[in-house]
Amino acid sequence: MTRVLLPATLPELWEALAACPEAPLLAGGTDLLVRLRARRQRPEALVGLERLAELRTIRRQGRGLRIGALATHAMIARHPLVLRHAPVLARAVSEVGGPAIRNMGTLGGNLCTASPAGDSLPALAVLEARVELLSAGGTRLLPLSEFLLGPGRAALAPGEIVGAVRVPLSADFQVQHFEKAGRRAALAIAVVSLAVLARLEKGMVAEARLAVGSAAPTVLRCPEAEEFLRGRRLTLSALERAARAVRAAVRPIDDARASAGYRRQVAGNLLLRLADL
Amino acid sequence: MTIRFTLNGRPVALDTDPGRRAVDILREDLGALSVKEGCGTGECGACSVLLDGELKLSCLLLAAQLEGREVVTCEGLGDQDAPHALQVAFAEHGAVQCGFCTPGMVLAAESLLRENPDPDREDVRRGLSGNLCRCTGYVKIVDAVQAAARERRGGRRKK
Repeated sequence: MTRVLLPATLPELWEALAACPEAPLLAGGTDLLVRLRARRQRPEALVGLERLAELRTIRRQGRGLRIGALATHAMIARHPLVLRHAPVLARAVSEVGGPAIRNMGTLGGNLCTASPAGDSLPALAVLEARVELLSAGGTRLLPLSEFLLGPGRAALAPGEIVGAVRVPLSADFQVQHFEKAGRRAALAIAVVSLAVLARLEKGMVAEARLAVGSAAPTVLRCPEAEEFLRGRRLTLSALERAARAVRAAVRPIDDARASAGYRRQVAGNLLLRLADL
Repeated sequence: MTIRFTLNGRPVALDTDPGRRAVDILREDLGALSVKEGCGTGECGACSVLLDGELKLSCLLLAAQLEGREVVTCEGLGDQDAPHALQVAFAEHGAVQCGFCTPGMVLAAESLLRENPDPDREDVRRGLSGNLCRCTGYVKIVDAVQAAARERRGGRRKK
């Protein structure tokens, strides 16, 4: 018999975590239940977060958006505030899995799984999102780059959960791009993905931010390429030079989905699409 | 532990291990055999159900998560005596081969049509992108979904 605790309020959650400190946390279940099945594990207890309505809301907060960790990919992909203020994130999460997976998987889950291929992560990286961590003791905020430590490793302390993601408004970046290359269009884990924000002034790049997924232990910003694009037009020749910088920065691995060399090549190629925008 | 929810409009109270998978209790305990287990890892869509109206995968849901919820399987859309428009359209268009993926396809299509009553072919493909058919019969499935959408919008069914 597995105990499944479904607290409906944060105080109930802290009680559940204190009672079952070893229990895995279940958000959308799309990673955890697959993992438990693969390892043939039946934990004694699971703590499910799905009934914590306060972690599901998406709203304006100060100069940004606060997206509850329990917001599903489907909710985020169609939410008017996200579409208006952080379209790059809406685009990225609309590429996750298929419709049922997007109805189940959550933003907090995507962060805590900390896969190098997590589709939301490059978008959150270019948005310079911060992760809001909650515990019985209070709240702390971590930049995304300090939260993601490596494949499957996130900077969660015992007794802590991801409560929300804080995303600065990005509507003034006219170019908001996300593209994922996979073995097929739906339900495929990214072979490489790229998120880009660019602010243009008189056709020139005033600021560019690039982040590559699935090509390093965690999502990778490319400051060399960002710097190179500043003050230039998004022409094919400029993008080819920036793509070289991206290929030099990535640290891909060979795995069942693609070779490191292929990932390196595609990581740069994805940038060339910006010439069509 | 007793878990209470609604299955296809009928209240259910089931004494079971809350850590069992929803797909197992639906098939084994409740006889909802339209729910298929294909991959068991959320990649094929054959175990799709509507949970509180949203398309979800019952192989990735635990029994405990059904508590207080409303579950609809393909049996709940219609039966042989009173089939649902999608079920009729799938039959009329030959959009079934071995039939294993069909209940999941029908539920994904139903979910799509509730959001988008007038999908183009690309919308249908995207709406069904989480459902695999190993008989590779997608063209007729897309035809069937579009036909059902037309009928639902008030058009006459072609006979």
